[in-house]
Amino acid sequence: MQEVTGLYVIAEMLRDILGHYLPAQYVDISMSLINIGVIFGIISMTAVVLVYGERKVSAFMQSRSGPNRVGPYGLLQTIADMFKLMSKEDIMPAGADKWMWILAPMILFIPAAAAYAVFPFDNQAVFADLNIGIFYFIAVSSQAVLPFLMAGWASNNKYALIGGMRTVAQMLSYEVPMVLSILGVVMMVGSMRMSDIVAAQQNVWFIVLQPIAFVVYVITATAEINRAPFDLVEGESEIVAGPFTEYTGMRFALFFLAEYANLFAVSAIATTLFLGGWHGPWLPGWVWFFLKVAGMVFLFMWFRWTFPRLRIDQLMALGWKVLLPLALVNVVITGVGMYIYQLLS
Amino acid sequence: MSNNNELLAEIQAQYSRETQIIGEDKQQFLLVEPEYLLKILGILKNYEAYQFDMLRNLTAVDYLEYMEMVYHLYSLPLRHSITIKARCAAENSQMPSVTSIWPSANFQEREVYDLLGITFTGHPDLRRILMPAEFTEHPLRKSFKAGAGQLPGGGGNHSC
Amino acid sequence: MLKTETYTLNMGPQHPSTHGVLQVVLELDGEQVVEAIPHMGYLHRGIEKLAESRTYVQFIPYTDRLDYVSSMGNNLGYCQTVEKLMGIEIPERAEYLRIIMVELNRIASHLIFMGSLAIDLGASTGMMFGFRDRERILDLFDMACGARMTYSYIRFGGVSADLPPEFIPALQCFLADFPAMLEENHGLLTGNEILYNRLKNNAIISGEKAMKFGLTGPSLRASGIDYDLRKVEPYGIYDRFDFSVPLGQTGDSWDRYLVRMEEMRQSASIIAQAVEQLPEGPVMAKVPKVLKPPVGDVYHSIENPRGELGYYIVSDGSPKPYRIHVRRPSFINLQALNETCQGLLIADVVAVLATLDSLMGEVDC
Repeated sequence: MQEVTGLYVIAEMLRDILGHYLPAQYVDISMSLINIGVIFGIISMTAVVLVYGERKVSAFMQSRSGPNRVGPYGLLQTIADMFKLMSKEDIMPAGADKWMWILAPMILFIPAAAAYAVFPFDNQAVFADLNIGIFYFIAVSSQAVLPFLMAGWASNNKYALIGGMRTVAQMLSYEVPMVLSILGVVMMVGSMRMSDIVAAQQNVWFIVLQPIAFVVYVITATAEINRAPFDLVEGESEIVAGPFTEYTGMRFALFFLAEYANLFAVSAIATTLFLGGWHGPWLPGWVWFFLKVAGMVFLFMWFRWTFPRLRIDQLMALGWKVLLPLALVNVVITGVGMYIYQLLS
Repeated sequence: MSNNNELLAEIQAQYSRETQIIGEDKQQFLLVEPEYLLKILGILKNYEAYQFDMLRNLTAVDYLEYMEMVYHLYSLPLRHSITIKARCAAENSQMPSVTSIWPSANFQEREVYDLLGITFTGHPDLRRILMPAEFTEHPLRKSFKAGAGQLPGGGGNHSC
Repeated sequence: MLKTETYTLNMGPQHPSTHGVLQVVLELDGEQVVEAIPHMGYLHRGIEKLAESRTYVQFIPYTDRLDYVSSMGNNLGYCQTVEKLMGIEIPERAEYLRIIMVELNRIASHLIFMGSLAIDLGASTGMMFGFRDRERILDLFDMACGARMTYSYIRFGGVSADLPPEFIPALQCFLADFPAMLEENHGLLTGNEILYNRLKNNAIISGEKAMKFGLTGPSLRASGIDYDLRKVEPYGIYDRFDFSVPLGQTGDSWDRYLVRMEEMRQSASIIAQAVEQLPEGPVMAKVPKVLKPPVGDVYHSIENPRGELGYYIVSDGSPKPYRIHVRRPSFINLQALNETCQGLLIADVVAVLATLDSLMGEVDC
């Protein structure tokens, strides 16, 4: 067992306190509930912070001021926006497939939230340290395809339908190179457990050992979360807002929330797999984790506010003809490299 | 300008039966009989000495007694321009379409049809272009009264 | 064998990237365009009809509202047409001021083109940069005539007012900054691989086809046809300036983009020359209070940022024009839309619309 610090200590303290009042079997249950609460807190906080952050970053890149009216430096702008969206009329298109239409934003939010269960925020601070952690993440986040298609189909709108079709094409084809890029890391660690992957980066981060995988991962992750230059799903100048075209108010906000939850999720995975997770000198582990995630988030925002959008055929060509072979080559190189390393040592 | 007038005179001399020169000095135009319009314009576009390959502008004017089509032509290789006019009756106005010579006349003829009510024979796609399809009047006619031809409900939709 | 069907998609009149209220009815096979029929008229105000019940001077503000991002050019075209009809000579200084204003407006208009192309392709920062740089020009216009969009600055016989003393220094400051602005925009957009791949060899309009569609302006020159009215029929005092007309090679969207980018540089050089040669003197000729042009008709056209802007005016000798027809380049350029879009994808339709650069204020006169 490693030396334990940070969030884990807090959790143990909490467990001690609860132990005084509750029988042992209830302590575990209440700890789980608390963890779930914390994770939902993190999700909603990240969404609020990221929306504000994105607006400030884009303003910075476009020589504007960004939000600066609500609260100090406009910090409460997102909260105000939330209230605005909640108070909006909920409009449903006449020909919509009612239940599918209502369910889509909710279902989209579930995989986004479920993925948070396996993030190692700090040493020992993982809600569910599954032995198939990374596999779980991939499996859960692939589910996001379905609600997009549901929203696109159920809206009874051609723009939404085109957007839904594009999502399926895009997400399915970018899933493959993404998984293959992650495979390189998993091969080196020999485990899919998140905490093992981070522990393996004690001395050297995998971005150094797996640069190709990192590049492939960042590109495919951008496509996975539908952000520019891969925001064909929304593609507001072509298909208005894609699957979200007919959604208003809080339902639209849920899509938005899920987008930012996903942004945080892929950044957290990049941090865990390639940037050494919570490892770092001086500061507590969870601070390092969030700093690295923030760095990745900034990178994704940088992409979004610099690049034009790809066309659907170019997107497909990039995915299948460039990224997939690259990821495969990376797997081969990793395998050969590991074999040579074993021979030498 | 004098150069232009010489050109006009030359063309008129060659096709004296079909054309005549109207206007004076600085404002001289070639008036072509509608039935010979396509022939003359075809010659103007294709003959080596003229080569008017560009239809700059096409419009029409309602002169109450008659409608007048105005064609402003330009030659890219020879860098000269010319104005051709043709007249037709104010009622049941009909003109041959020049889209067969300059396909770029398409929208402009549709606009003239829409706003001035001249029907172009031989036009590939003669529909209203600015006014709604159900509109019945031709607003740029001098006889048009404001509010005429309006549809119940104040406009209606483009149906096609 | 699966049975497939095409479907119709109404793009517009409410759509983020049809540049106003253009409606394009797309017949689609999956994402591929089978047919793209433009429907206009949603902004039709009947300006040509209104002109018949206005005096000549009263029509000047209407021209502002045609191509509302290059109103100076519209003013110039109209005023020069009426001046040609009446034979008015205008003072030297006014000629130079007109050139300065029109060329500044050309830069402003092309910056909007650049910005809207960028946003249509999903690069919103490109739009912000375009609008940011254009703001400098609008400030200059504001200084000269008190308006940012609808100037009515150019009048019969000259311009409405002489420049305020702070104008020329501000203009020179802008001209000094302009190459850096252009460089920044080139760096963001021209150097971008995605933008290049989106536009290069896409939506090619050959020279022959461009003539067939009746294209004019930068869209025609991108197809390699040298037709710039400033050169071929120099109006005003354009023959006194040294500038070149950029031409495209293949006529693809990329050329249409580059030609406009280069035109901005040329315009800046024209302005610099005009400022250098700017004489002192009056800015307004003696023009009668009530304008009664002689009976007759006249056609005059100028090179506006979107193409050949022509005015055909028929006068019956009264203070009101008998008929005014405006040859709007945006309107005629839209003829290229259908054939060019066929076989392309939805995303390309947006790019074609942006590079043809039609403006609905002008299409629906």
